[in-house]
Amino acid sequence: MTTPPDRPFDLAVVGAGPAGLAAAVTAAAGGASVLLLDAGERPGGQFWRHPGPAPDGSDAPDEAAGQHDWGRFLALRRGLRAQVAAGRLDYRPGRQVWLVTREEPGFRIETTATHDGVASTPGAALARTLVLCPGGADRQLPVPGWTLPGVLAAGGAQALWKGQRALAGRRAVVAGTGPFLLPVATGLAAAGARVVGVWEAGSPLSWTRHLPAVARVPGKAAEGAGYVAALARHRIPYLTRTVVAEVLGEDRVRAVRRGTVDAAGVPTPDGPVVEVDLVALGWGFTPALELPLQLGAATRLDVDGSLVVVVDEEQRTDVPGLFVAGEATGVGGAALSVAEGTLAGLAAAGRPVAGRVTRRLRARVAAHRAFARAMHLAHPVPAGWSGWLRQDTVVCRCEEVDLATVRAATDELAADDARTVKMLTRAGMGWCQGRMCGFATACLAAEAAGRRPRPDDLRATATRPLAAPVPLAELAELAKPGEPGEPAASDGPDGLTERGEPAGPGE
Amino acid sequence: MSGDDRQTVGPERLTLYFEGRPVPARPGQTVGGALHAAGVTAWRETRGRGRPRGLFCGIGMCFDCLITVDGRPARRACLEPVADGMRLTAGAPTEIGSVETAGPQETDPREEHHDHPA
Repeated sequence: MTTPPDRPFDLAVVGAGPAGLAAAVTAAAGGASVLLLDAGERPGGQFWRHPGPAPDGSDAPDEAAGQHDWGRFLALRRGLRAQVAAGRLDYRPGRQVWLVTREEPGFRIETTATHDGVASTPGAALARTLVLCPGGADRQLPVPGWTLPGVLAAGGAQALWKGQRALAGRRAVVAGTGPFLLPVATGLAAAGARVVGVWEAGSPLSWTRHLPAVARVPGKAAEGAGYVAALARHRIPYLTRTVVAEVLGEDRVRAVRRGTVDAAGVPTPDGPVVEVDLVALGWGFTPALELPLQLGAATRLDVDGSLVVVVDEEQRTDVPGLFVAGEATGVGGAALSVAEGTLAGLAAAGRPVAGRVTRRLRARVAAHRAFARAMHLAHPVPAGWSGWLRQDTVVCRCEEVDLATVRAATDELAADDARTVKMLTRAGMGWCQGRMCGFATACLAAEAAGRRPRPDDLRATATRPLAAPVPLAELAELAKPGEPGEPAASDGPDGLTERGEPAGPGE
Repeated sequence: MSGDDRQTVGPERLTLYFEGRPVPARPGQTVGGALHAAGVTAWRETRGRGRPRGLFCGIGMCFDCLITVDGRPARRACLEPVADGMRLTAGAPTEIGSVETAGPQETDPREEHHDHPA
């Protein structure tokens, strides 16, 4: 239900990952009234995903296991708890924002419970300014057999262990491209899985061509060295210019066929068959842009091929009052996200943004951006990746649209952009709304037209009228009388009870 | 299960019932995490090709892991917290498209707004 909100917050922050936590805590500490909305049940986002509290309510004793930069998270969580206790910060976990619109005096935010067990909090809110920190998820490329159970997004395989101490598989291959494959592989191994290899499509030594950028962020080099040591300790072979060319199995993963990619990014499925029960795949990250796009924020293509929001050096977008921080402005990791979120929190709360603190933050942002750029250039999606697809390979998992169907649209029906391919084939029109296949569909459409994906290809697959599925009862509430600001027309703050569901354990 | 005794996600055991079959779980896990770790990697079939699906993204974005929980259809297994005695049933292909949820439609909610009588 969308209970009409009472008075507007100075600032609403969406997302309690590294960027959102920093923005919310910074703004609240500066005296602003802040609403922090998060789909997760605990702060930290995907990067600092951790197990829930012990039965007595205390933080889980092993919550730091497998984490990186955990001290930074603890500081942010202390800040969060202090601001909540001081009454300056209203933290509502377990709520997904599905719609943001412009409404006096700034923005109207509609939310729905992530699942039925979420503690009841109001569904709608008003805020004068808005900071969106939606993060991102593993970027995916289809490969024959990738719909078999046992194939997981690399981040998903990691999340099972980090969040709930469940092991995703016993014999795993971690494949794709980018530095994120390393913590996923070493994390699985530390949790007890046998990791038969990290198959990196790129040739990461090419980042040595960008040594000045790497040297500006010495902490990252130390982190990388730590992963190399962990790979050795767990005896995990690290193969470059290597890909999963095919996933084999009937009703679940049984094995993978190894392939190589040449310097031009053209694959050859010439490797052996390796038995595994878990395939963890990730090709960098796709920022979650549905909320910025709902508000019409300007976007651009980043160096990694992702669509990202254009922001100024205070994280301000071209939409008045709207700030964006973290991966949605360019994939670059948690430290960068915290710096951006802090800047956004200062600026969005109307704090003076001159001076030593902001200069230092901006310098940190610049250094991490340069480092991220070097990493992106060293870990490109192979230019010829579509070469490992077969005609019957599913591209869109939800609607089961295969390559032959996409090719029919591009070759026979002359579709030459992602939007047309989507309309003709239903690729990206299922439950996930293109979150999994959007990048691949955009690549295939562009490839058929003999060009690289353009921003409009990616916008076509990233624009979503609803940012999350919403029960029809909640949609219907939008039509009921009672303008925001008027007293609530209903008798309770919890729309979930309308579905007859008991309020379950929340935080 | 992982067989790892370092885990502190609730030491005590819960029992879920997947298609009537007991599956162990621990407090703090999700339905998807508990099923997958117990070796149950698929719990629905796709509408078109009848292919098995379970977890994929693991973080609530891909909707591959939809499952019926205590009669409530189309729950994301990767987000749904476990509870002792929970009854889990595979989503029949026909149920997936008919759940009372606005999701995949290419509709603008603001249009929806006008369609509903006040």
